[in-house]
Amino acid sequence: MSLTHTAEKRIGAARADAPGLIRWLSEFTLIWKILSIALFAGAWELAGRSGFNFSFPTFSDTVAALWEMAVDGSLGAAYLRTLEPLVIGLAFSLIVGISAGIAMGLRHDVEWFSLPIFIVMQAAPMAALIPLVTFVYGIGLTAKVLAVVMLAMPVITINSYKAVRNVPPSLVSMCHSFMGSRQQQILHIIIPAASPMMFAGLRLGVAEGFSGVVLAELLITPTGIGDLITFHRSIANFAHMYATIVSIVLFAIVTVGSLQWLETALFRPEKRSSQ
Amino acid sequence: MTLLGYRVPMMAALLVWVVVWEIIGRFDLLLLFPPFTEVLMALGDVVTSRSFAEAIRITALSYACGLALAIAVGVPLGLLMGLVPAADKMLNIWVNTFLSAPLSALVPVFMILFGLGTPTVIVTVFMFAVWIIVLDTRAGVQNISPSLMEMAHSFGASHAERGKIVLLAALPEILAGIRLGMIRGVKGVVIGQLLVSIIGVGALFSLYQQNFLMAHFWALILLLFAMALTLSGLVGRLEKRIEYYAGVRS
Amino acid sequence: MSIAMQIETENAVPAASNPIIEVKGISKIYGSDIVALENIDLAFEEGQLTSLLGPSGCGKTTLLKIVAGLLKPSHGEILVKGKKVHGPGPERAFVFQDFALMPWANVMQNVAFGLKMQGVGKAAREDTARHYISEVGLSGFEQKFPHQLSGGMRQRVGLARALAVNADVLLMDEPFSAVDEQTRRKFQEDLMRLREVEKKTFLFVTHSIEEAVYVSDRIVLLSPRPGRVSQIIDPDIPQDIGPDELRRNDVYLDTVESIWHGIKKYVE
Repeated sequence: MSLTHTAEKRIGAARADAPGLIRWLSEFTLIWKILSIALFAGAWELAGRSGFNFSFPTFSDTVAALWEMAVDGSLGAAYLRTLEPLVIGLAFSLIVGISAGIAMGLRHDVEWFSLPIFIVMQAAPMAALIPLVTFVYGIGLTAKVLAVVMLAMPVITINSYKAVRNVPPSLVSMCHSFMGSRQQQILHIIIPAASPMMFAGLRLGVAEGFSGVVLAELLITPTGIGDLITFHRSIANFAHMYATIVSIVLFAIVTVGSLQWLETALFRPEKRSSQ
Repeated sequence: MTLLGYRVPMMAALLVWVVVWEIIGRFDLLLLFPPFTEVLMALGDVVTSRSFAEAIRITALSYACGLALAIAVGVPLGLLMGLVPAADKMLNIWVNTFLSAPLSALVPVFMILFGLGTPTVIVTVFMFAVWIIVLDTRAGVQNISPSLMEMAHSFGASHAERGKIVLLAALPEILAGIRLGMIRGVKGVVIGQLLVSIIGVGALFSLYQQNFLMAHFWALILLLFAMALTLSGLVGRLEKRIEYYAGVRS
Repeated sequence: MSIAMQIETENAVPAASNPIIEVKGISKIYGSDIVALENIDLAFEEGQLTSLLGPSGCGKTTLLKIVAGLLKPSHGEILVKGKKVHGPGPERAFVFQDFALMPWANVMQNVAFGLKMQGVGKAAREDTARHYISEVGLSGFEQKFPHQLSGGMRQRVGLARALAVNADVLLMDEPFSAVDEQTRRKFQEDLMRLREVEKKTFLFVTHSIEEAVYVSDRIVLLSPRPGRVSQIIDPDIPQDIGPDELRRNDVYLDTVESIWHGIKKYVE
């Protein structure tokens, strides 16, 4: 029977109930996307050719520059440099942010003590702290990692906190009614119920982290992608500068987009609640 | 949380953190933090300086311009996307792209196109704020209950009248989008000025940085934070005023 | 009126011959002055289905949760099989109004959850769960997730989960209020059949008079603000008639009518 084996694997199940129609529709929107991108590229090309600004390269020049940098390896090397503080910073933000968020969600005293700090950090322009960090830690890796952490951690923490707070109380009381201990309630109910929203927070944190690392490289020390941008700007190599910017934007979008895809693939059965 | 039977307000914890800060500063535990009292003293210095008044003027001006521009463009664009499916399909990808893109990477482009001055900061604020306004406005229009539009239709409402209904029905989401846009805009105005670095608070930051005035630096950051928080608090209060109708509507 | 039923007046503790649950002087006060329940004395007989019926705000769910050990009473105590209740226990199982299914777990895992909490091994708990899944008529749906089921099916999962731990008492908090009318009727009939098979004690919270009269051996009518026992009714409906006949039975209709008259003054 088809009913019984569709949900063998959770990821499999998420896709199994999407029949051909959905796929057809998504291909349809893909056409729109391609059309939209083509129009954008065309407009860019025309604007570049019109020569309204000496520094504005055409789309084709930019693509050529991107290709050139990809082939000569300068882009790859720059990405390796940029990814180092990004990955370290995100890993740190993730571990600290999620634990802090869960602790605040579970305990009122921790919430009272820590939540205001994170609320301030999320609403305030943390980027203003980046020059200060350089001031103290110099222009090394530490400063860049800190820049990532400062921008990424607040949103990860706040989302984890909200995720724990939004766990349906009836699920927790269900676990309690079957004599689950507090530890079992946290392990079997609260964490799984909170994970979709925590993951969404992680996605937002990654987006912020990209912002942080680029900002750090532009402000603190010209390395990696920031260096490519600054360098090509200083020698008036505008097509290369644009290409670098396009590549980092694309890279960030693709990363965040795949996280989003992963999110729906992992948690899709849970997005619809049990109500 | 309650302590000895009294309710201690949430933000009171910040006072505890200030004390922690002072201790860290006094004993030089973390280089990043000078004693809080020193920062407070520098605060007077910063506020009374002439360059500060000028910096605030530029900041406020570019923030207001950028935000106004973002609202003026974002709301109509969101309405268009909500009402016209073709426009939605064409533009959705760009809205989502710019929402999660590291916009600070675009600032160097603005600097070349618009020069090292206020226009660049205005454009930065605009870019930071506009996309969330578009997205929320669009969501607001798409969330309007079909029965409301059918009602307008069945009672023979004119085109203009129906447009008004759409705008009013989507208002809670539009305002929510504007509030988020305002908070993002604050980040935009700071990041823009930091990167341009020769005008406004950006110039002050580089001045303090070059002269190793840690306490002054912190004082300026605290001022900026306070302004950002006051702003988001004010908008939050404004939003509460129209909440009644968001509640009825759902 | 020729209603064949026995009405006991206020405060009279019904003499239950074999009480499995005793409610003694229970009060629940929220904050400093909101009295949800005031001095409730009740006894529930083994093997019976008792409904707690009343308008909203009469504290019927609060009382059920106190019996379950999910809420602490402000005064008074609950005895189950003569022992005082301090929290949830293995002899009681709860069925939730909003089903409280774990959306990330399939039917099998949801039904086996109570057993898992009791430390039963995987193979053993899945055997038991499979038995009760078929008992509630969900065979073949073991690997489905809650979002793939209809409201009525979800509540069957909730019911199977409560049955699987083999508790003596099933506490049901408006279990059918979130499902549509047709499903609800089918469910009520299934519940009555289940009662014959399982020989358990049921405590059933509802705000539907018809439902209460239809399924109950005894109805406890609560009045609101503060929640008190206002009437205890034993509907004397012939046991041997089918469900469709019953809904047209005079005794059934008269009982519904008289409860409505008793409750009407509290509505609005």
